[in-house]
Amino acid sequence: MSNPTEKIRCDACPVLCYIKDGMTGACDRYANRAGELVRVDPHIVLDRTLAHGGGVVPFGSRSEWDGGLVAEAPRFVTAIGAGTTYPDYKPAPFIISTELDGIDMVTVVTEGIFSYCGVKVKIDTDRHLGSECATVRAQGEPVGHVTTGEYGSQMLSLGGVNHLTHGAKKEGRITCETLLDLCNRKPVTLTIDGGATVVVEAGKPPIVNGVPEERMRVGCGSATIGMFARQWFGKVDEVIVVDDHITGVLSEHQAGKVLGVRETGIRMNGRRSTPGRYFSVAEPGAGWGGTNLTDPLAIIESFDPKRAWPGLTLFMVSTTGEHAAYFELDDELKPIAKPLPSAMADAVERIRENCEPALCTVLFMAGAGGSLRAGVTENPVRLTRSVKDMLTRVTCGGAPVYIWPGGGITLMVDVTRLPEDAFGYVPTPAIVAPIEFTLTLADYATLGGHISEVRPAASLSPRDQQLVGPDETNPWPLDPAPRGTKSL
Amino acid sequence: MQAPLSRFLADQRRLHLSHGPIDLIIEASGPVEAVRAAYQAAERRFATILGELCAELTLLRAPAYTDMKRPTGAVAQRMVAAVLPYAAQCFITPMAAVAGAVADEMLSVLTGTGGLSRAYVNNGGDIALFLAPGARFEVGIVDRIEAPQIAGTARITSNSGIGGIATSGWGGRSFSLGIADAVTCLATNAAAADAAATVVANDIDLPGHPAITRQAAVSLQPDSDLGHRPVTVAVEPLSDAEITIALERGRLRAERLIADRLIAGASMFLKGRNEIAGTVELNRAHYMPSAEPRVLHHHG
Repeated sequence: MSNPTEKIRCDACPVLCYIKDGMTGACDRYANRAGELVRVDPHIVLDRTLAHGGGVVPFGSRSEWDGGLVAEAPRFVTAIGAGTTYPDYKPAPFIISTELDGIDMVTVVTEGIFSYCGVKVKIDTDRHLGSECATVRAQGEPVGHVTTGEYGSQMLSLGGVNHLTHGAKKEGRITCETLLDLCNRKPVTLTIDGGATVVVEAGKPPIVNGVPEERMRVGCGSATIGMFARQWFGKVDEVIVVDDHITGVLSEHQAGKVLGVRETGIRMNGRRSTPGRYFSVAEPGAGWGGTNLTDPLAIIESFDPKRAWPGLTLFMVSTTGEHAAYFELDDELKPIAKPLPSAMADAVERIRENCEPALCTVLFMAGAGGSLRAGVTENPVRLTRSVKDMLTRVTCGGAPVYIWPGGGITLMVDVTRLPEDAFGYVPTPAIVAPIEFTLTLADYATLGGHISEVRPAASLSPRDQQLVGPDETNPWPLDPAPRGTKSL
Repeated sequence: MQAPLSRFLADQRRLHLSHGPIDLIIEASGPVEAVRAAYQAAERRFATILGELCAELTLLRAPAYTDMKRPTGAVAQRMVAAVLPYAAQCFITPMAAVAGAVADEMLSVLTGTGGLSRAYVNNGGDIALFLAPGARFEVGIVDRIEAPQIAGTARITSNSGIGGIATSGWGGRSFSLGIADAVTCLATNAAAADAAATVVANDIDLPGHPAITRQAAVSLQPDSDLGHRPVTVAVEPLSDAEITIALERGRLRAERLIADRLIAGASMFLKGRNEIAGTVELNRAHYMPSAEPRVLHHHG
């Protein structure tokens, strides 16, 4: 936390005001409270007419605004800034009724204090960030670990109850700070034991060892051969797609065989998995295709003189098209580097074009199956069952969540789908996240809800609200999902 | 970073556009098609307006002088045009006209599509107006900027030659070097009115008076365009004679601005007393000095 006597820089809008302690910025909406940037108007209400930048979305229609008079839009009261009640057997701070197509709906709105929570981070890169199970650190403190990698992405699992509560006090505090920043879409520098330093910011490209990642790979080396073999055929004799996981060799690969690519007598380092697919051609690293190579020829053992021929052309490329080289065999069958012919430059461009932008994604994961349920109902397990039966919809700041099957209410939510700065913390340490349970009034009564605490949305003081536009990619939280279908 | 927001107010007529410190209430009147086209044009323009301003913020926060480097943004150019007439006389930065210039730019986009009978863009009390022939506005004028109540109304018609109204004072969101509770200026556009109101409000002052507490602007807002200049933070009760002296300084400045055709008129409030310069005809039928604060600007 920053020094309270210092001014802080507000990044809520492009003015980037410096704000002194106790003062507000030029907008009067953001303030410096003891070194922390806080929103002065506390309670976020999604207003369906508010839209980012472009068109105004009218009530009851997702089409372009027709220019006519627009009815007062429906609003959804989120839990952001709602506060919480402790101990939890008290009813949640806001139990709001709204009418939707003649049906009375209830939204129970609270900010959950989560000791059992963490983030799953997907980092789109082939670069070796660290070995599986390696410790991930923030400010030197262990905050999580590298988990099993996915296609084109490295995965981190951060936070969780053990780092938050079992380690040294500093470990818990730094873990909490790291989770909070990641959830609020701020950049966080993470260092992996025996691996890379990576800057992670939800929705932004990762920065690995100081270099921003631009693209995801188009596929593994073998898949790249499969995708583009026909386009390369006849333009070059041999293609090697360098990939730390699975390096592909055109002439041996099934795709090359089907096309009738002539054998080249190439002998590769590494371990052959199936024809034209090689594992462990080098060590993992930040070079060609996630290997440690700066000279791609190091993965070729030799060319068989019985099959190779002088003048044989060889194209080597990485799975992102970031690295590429072109060679011709001389009379001794040694590869000599040549300028990339235009057909091969086109091939590189095609690979690059097919690579999606590399991003970091942060999913917040938490267990809402504990005592906060008592703020919703006097019979907590009924809430769990109601969620499982799809009678109660769970949202985080109005954003859709995925509820894990099995016991409890274990949810995951993409942090970029919540309004900005939706997460908070308590020094326990634990993360404070908004959570809303929406169901029909009849179902709420059945599960033993705090019916006497239900109040209409209009009873909220306008002074305490901040209206924000909904994320247009989110389903409207009050729209009923078809029963029996999973919503994410 | 928060994106610009756009929505209708509950009356379903007025458009509310908001981004960072810019908060606009817009109303266009006329045929439905014309209003629709105007609102859509306004929304499109609004998407980039704050970003354009921020790109030239350093230049816009520096004191204006005759040969200063000209900014490239449309709003920034309006700001500079509005403050240059004062650059040789007193300290002023283009930021003195920022609210009015944004209102003017948005009004020009709003009316650019044509066919409106009248329109206004209210940027936190600094207003750009458009009136087709025969149309008129009733404008409320406030007596204190921080706890505004309608002290009277002024009628503006299509042949008044007034396209902008702006109010400045020490209690508002922007800082003032003077002690005026509110100075409202009427001019051909909102940027000109904004700059003039700032200058007149700065002039309504009693330099060195012990009843006035001042603080360096940067100690309150580190990136204020006023730098270390002392801005008013409190004004103790003043004698009638002192109020007369301070208001007279403002009136003299306002009369000079009228003679130079920079404004059409000004209304000045200090400690409940009012001074008028020029063509403002203040109808004080609604004025109840002890009433609770009401709306900032009222449009009839």
